[in-house]
Amino acid sequence: MKIAVVKYNAGNIYSVDYALKRLGVEAIITSDKETLMSADKIIFPGVGEAATTMNYLRQHKLDEVIKNLKQPVLGICLGMQLMCRHSEEGNAECLGIFDTDVKLFHPERHTDKVPHMGWNTLTNVKSDLFKGFTKEEFVYFVHSFYVPLNEFTAAQTTYILPYSSALHKDNFYATQFHPEKSGTVGERILRNFLEL
Amino acid sequence: MLAKRIIPCLDIKDGQTVKGTNFVNLRQAGDPVELGRAYSEQGADELVFLDITASHEGRKTFTDLVKRVAANISIPFTVGGGINELSDVDRLLSAGADKVSINSSAIRNPNLIDEIAKHFGSQVCVVAIDAKQTDQGWKCYLNGGRVETDKYLSEWAREVNNRGAGEILFTSMNHDGVKTGYANKALATLSDSLTIPVIASGGAGKMEHFKDTFIEGKADAALAASVFHFGEIKIPELKQYLCQQGINVRL
Repeated sequence: MKIAVVKYNAGNIYSVDYALKRLGVEAIITSDKETLMSADKIIFPGVGEAATTMNYLRQHKLDEVIKNLKQPVLGICLGMQLMCRHSEEGNAECLGIFDTDVKLFHPERHTDKVPHMGWNTLTNVKSDLFKGFTKEEFVYFVHSFYVPLNEFTAAQTTYILPYSSALHKDNFYATQFHPEKSGTVGERILRNFLEL
Repeated sequence: MLAKRIIPCLDIKDGQTVKGTNFVNLRQAGDPVELGRAYSEQGADELVFLDITASHEGRKTFTDLVKRVAANISIPFTVGGGINELSDVDRLLSAGADKVSINSSAIRNPNLIDEIAKHFGSQVCVVAIDAKQTDQGWKCYLNGGRVETDKYLSEWAREVNNRGAGEILFTSMNHDGVKTGYANKALATLSDSLTIPVIASGGAGKMEHFKDTFIEGKADAALAASVFHFGEIKIPELKQYLCQQGINVRL
């Protein structure tokens, strides 16, 4: 099985690579169109700023490539946000795979700190990514922008308000949290994706 | 609900874990990667690796260690020590660290905080503050607590917050290594005046101390070293205890 990780101007691509290696998978980290299109599964990770990253993807024509992939794709963190329609971060037009917008957290109480950082629970999970889950598991989050609940919500988490911590539509899967940093629970989610 | 975090801290010298009492008298305590993995398996929420070697050689050893940690451990980790410029941050993040912690260099060059936040995002930038309660109030210290500065804790913490740091790691030098509990009053004041998470450090001796710092100290996370390294407190038992005390922790 050929696993490709989309390489672009974002940080933390190596964390995903390390996590895959721990599962015994040697991924190809690439921005090459042909290699991406011929992979069996694709991971689209990301830590960075939405508008800058979208510009980079457009300049390198990766936006059209990602949108048109037919094999299972997993977007992580910024990757998930970029798969949506529009982000308030830098007023960015995104890929539009999920017909929903990305909004900035607005603290309601002093204890609501932004970014939402740390371990929080997944509830109402409904996707093969969470196969085998028997309780509300904790996963690791770091983000200031969120995707509201919508028809593609595959897991929800509550911080300031309930929002989408995972999305799923056809061959596109996405998590707001970092499975590559979420211990054994994260490993299970990655393995579930690899076994789709 | 967002969980309170338990963070073991590993001081690293020449690739080995050490921990001092009141910042002096270092004792040896194991291989960092093995120790880090053991903590991760026991339920630690994050790890901090502080490089206390100053030499150029030591720095290279530490970068190699960061790579080994990233390859072997599946929870987030912060690295600190000897970070003076953006290229140091870039080197450590490229080696696989999730966050960097800066201390003396932030006091000497506060712009470094803005630069890290701008280039790598706020979430990457942890600012560690070592402070001591004196007759004039809480004063900040440099170089592992050896040099007093003219900065006061609350003003400096607010500045750090406004410049774009993602978290503050506050160590009370009065409490560090003494094992009589965290500096909860100062912590609560910090937590109330900041918009970013505060990590409590210095003073853990008993499980109650963690409960107290989450409740009285309003800390978002609690860091400790020797109580974990020498097995005086075991993380699974600590988390069970905190859960029973009504504190939301990851189990």
